[in-house]
Amino acid sequence: MINIEINGQALEVPEGTMLLEAADNAAISIPRFCYHSKLSLAASCRMCLVEVEKMGKPLPACATPVGEGMVVHTRSPKAISAQRAVMEFLLINHPLDCPICDQGGECELQDVAVGFGNDTSEYAEEKRVVVDPDLGSLISTDMNRCIQCTRCVRFGQEIAGQMELGAPGRGEHMHIATYLRGSVSSELSGNVIDLCPVGALTSKPFRFHARSWELTHHDGVSLHDGLGTNLRLDVRRDELMRVVPRENESINECWISDRDRYSYRALKHADRLTQPQIKRNGEWQTVGWDDALTFAAESLQKIAKQHGAEQLGALAGGESTNEEYYLLQKFMRGVGSSNIDYRLKQNDFSDSVSDPSFPSLGQTIAELEKSDSVLLIGSDLRSEMPLIAHRLRKAVRHGRAKISSIASVDVDLHMKSSEQIVVAPGQIANALAAVAKSLTALGATAPAEYASVIDAVETNQQSEAIAKELKEGSATTVMVGAMAYAASDFAQIRQLAAAIAEMSDSKLALLDPAGNAVGATMAGAVSHRGVAGQEIEKAGMDWRAMMASGLKGLILLNTEPELDSADSATALKGLENSGFVVALSAFDSEQMRQSADVMLPIATTFESAGSAVNLEGTWQRFSAAVNPPGEARPAWKILRVMGNLFDINGFEYLSVDDVYTELQTACENIEYRPLSVAKVDSASTTATLQRIVAPSLYHNSGMVRRSDALQATESAAAAHKLRLNSATATKLGVVDEGEVTLSQGALSRNIKMELDESVTDGSFVLAAGTSESMGFGVDGQFEIGKV
Amino acid sequence: MSTKQINPSNLLNTDSLAELDSWIAKYPEGRQMSAVMAGLRIAQDQNGGWISDELIEAVAVYLDMEPIEAYEVATFYSMYERSPVGRHKISICTNISCMLRGSDEVVSHLENRLGIKLGETTEDGRYTLKEVECLGACVNAPMMQVGRSYHENLTPELLDSIIETIESGGSL
Ligand code: SF4
Ligand code: FES
Ligand code: FES
Repeated sequence: MINIEINGQALEVPEGTMLLEAADNAAISIPRFCYHSKLSLAASCRMCLVEVEKMGKPLPACATPVGEGMVVHTRSPKAISAQRAVMEFLLINHPLDCPICDQGGECELQDVAVGFGNDTSEYAEEKRVVVDPDLGSLISTDMNRCIQCTRCVRFGQEIAGQMELGAPGRGEHMHIATYLRGSVSSELSGNVIDLCPVGALTSKPFRFHARSWELTHHDGVSLHDGLGTNLRLDVRRDELMRVVPRENESINECWISDRDRYSYRALKHADRLTQPQIKRNGEWQTVGWDDALTFAAESLQKIAKQHGAEQLGALAGGESTNEEYYLLQKFMRGVGSSNIDYRLKQNDFSDSVSDPSFPSLGQTIAELEKSDSVLLIGSDLRSEMPLIAHRLRKAVRHGRAKISSIASVDVDLHMKSSEQIVVAPGQIANALAAVAKSLTALGATAPAEYASVIDAVETNQQSEAIAKELKEGSATTVMVGAMAYAASDFAQIRQLAAAIAEMSDSKLALLDPAGNAVGATMAGAVSHRGVAGQEIEKAGMDWRAMMASGLKGLILLNTEPELDSADSATALKGLENSGFVVALSAFDSEQMRQSADVMLPIATTFESAGSAVNLEGTWQRFSAAVNPPGEARPAWKILRVMGNLFDINGFEYLSVDDVYTELQTACENIEYRPLSVAKVDSASTTATLQRIVAPSLYHNSGMVRRSDALQATESAAAAHKLRLNSATATKLGVVDEGEVTLSQGALSRNIKMELDESVTDGSFVLAAGTSESMGFGVDGQFEIGKV
Repeated sequence: MSTKQINPSNLLNTDSLAELDSWIAKYPEGRQMSAVMAGLRIAQDQNGGWISDELIEAVAVYLDMEPIEAYEVATFYSMYERSPVGRHKISICTNISCMLRGSDEVVSHLENRLGIKLGETTEDGRYTLKEVECLGACVNAPMMQVGRSYHENLTPELLDSIIETIESGGSL
């Protein structure tokens, strides 16, 4: 510990601390621009100059380490005069256009200028002018305002792992720009808006829409992925104007992904359902809530009476609240059916009996930073959970963690990876078996159920390297991602992943692609388990079974199955074959109008109170930031009325808190039961051309799909293309084509094609959730040919 | 989506790559990025005195760094040219010492003699005039650099004789 004195206050601080940090911790404020606690030091703006006794000149507090006996003055005449001088310099080229600047009112430059600026400037020369780069649909630029703090540049290098912005030029000519191609594509790019201390980088969709002082702040939680990112929802006159991060060091730190930042744009989408509607004689009619609910209830009741409750089923999307999942399953089970499932992004249920009590990261999110080695299986982590990828990137940067991947595409993780095994979709299980076999060579014992499978494969250099990393590391994790969930041999992949985890003493992280998967599971919104993961007497049908059998009555909660599921073929067929369909949905669509009989408008998560559980098991509650539009209502209220209409006991909730308490109490003593071993036979495929369902960042839910800002990004555009490597394309005779015809069974469609060498041979990538992939399945025979 | 990267060996010739390799070898393993300045210079020499965007990217790819990082270096230092220059690049220092010792006259003398302004290239592609910051020869200000050679204590006569030497094909 070092003893220093700042402004007469004696402090004891750890060695290596910078003066600015020491001051911050003691609540002594020093102005700064380039310094940011999450970024490396640049010490370039000089705003933090302070006087240190016995030193001739003022020193930058952000880059001056404490020394024994240092006496520091931050407000002495010498310090203040240095700070005022720097302020004057910073303002020389700044346009001072605060009245038309979006940052006005929340601008660090403005705030510091109030404290340290002069009311007049001696500078009479012309100010420099910088051409604004077009960074795409998310970030708006006004580069004349830039003060060259380089926070945005360091963010790209250090946090996003992808240096897209740089500072070319020198002196007065230095400016912030991208290299040649304009827009930025990082999934975390929007964070530079918050980092930028001035109005040089601002939110494009929010531009000129509100002033910061008109906004009220509400706490929100994102359900777009399993992280449970904390959001601050900024509202003006009952309108959600923008979404920014809410700091939570243990979950999202001070970052949010672009998906979480811009999905709110969907709230005002033209597809928004605002009135209950029913279909009578093939015609849609807008009706009141009473009529709609009575119509829905009576029709479902009739089906239950005539065909039995097993003819009723419910599918839920991945982004509903715990309370909604809980009431949906309580309703279904009250009616007498366990046909309920949220797992639309999973395609193989053959080992469901061995499911863990709920999906889990196996550790806290923050613990990931301490990883020594992580094996990603079928995961494009950056597209699935951008901030989990960020934690691993930190582990690589600071702890030199080894990250390897086994998938059907050479995933670009934007971090140094050690081994990348790229194999055909059907071969992932074999690649895993090889790693397991390499582990046996290191002294581990394979589980008896898989001993022969593991024994049958050959090891290779890569499998040995991965095995060694996992075995030797002390904080190691095996992660199973969305591509694995979508695969038709998911069960075997998962079982082998668990075997590897067990054999190498690693944690198993099941990254369920549904945003609130843990909440859904705990609430019992699965066909084979009840509330709190309890075994139930008679399991219902999983979503595929429901769709395959074509139920007489189907409830959809917050889902468009044909887009939410990778197996759009099964989903569409199921919708066609289902009898009476009640859709609780925030959005309406062509497909929904075709398949549904009743559409009940619901509130989105920003418009409804509720809770969610993230992959580390943290429960988070939130309240509504704005009212839902028109007649839309929170889904939990609709489900409550449905329960009442069916005379089911225990639906007398007065508020969402009652539902929360009931569920929470039931889950209080939930014990984590890990995935158990079950023998699953290997599914062999004879298909010569296989589809890889890579997750698309901006197509994973109805809300994300309807954000104009996100849909205008490069990443979203890429999802509309079919990608394959040039060897495969040559073999198929389409290597020179810009567009190809993809066929499966009776369905064929022209889709734009892009050559991508990261895709494994004999396969092609087609993302789910797009109009291009609608109707296609995940396995079976595909054909690609010239248009 | 990663953009399609260019292949450095299509743009840098074998001699250039060999020279770049020798520079990379000077730095500890994993620090190949340190050779960026040499790399850009090599690419510029190969390309007749200027470096195209593709070459910048080729150097970046070869050194396993982001193109924008190499671009930052290329735009920071005045010895890198990002558009074609004349065969003889005359860089005149106009920084403080040279300015006090008459760099203005050096500039106007050469501008008149060559019929171009600072930053321009003669029509025949022989000369480019360029204003640069201190080249570290202040003791003998005013000074300029022609190609790779320094010329100090400049006077109008000296300037004329330098140009005449170039004209007559002599070496400086
Ligand atoms: S754009 Fe903003 S964050 Fe980037 S250097 Fe300029 S002032 Fe700093
Ligand atoms: S904050 Fe210290 S120099 Fe910028
Ligand atoms: S000022 Fe001209 S060489 Fe230094």
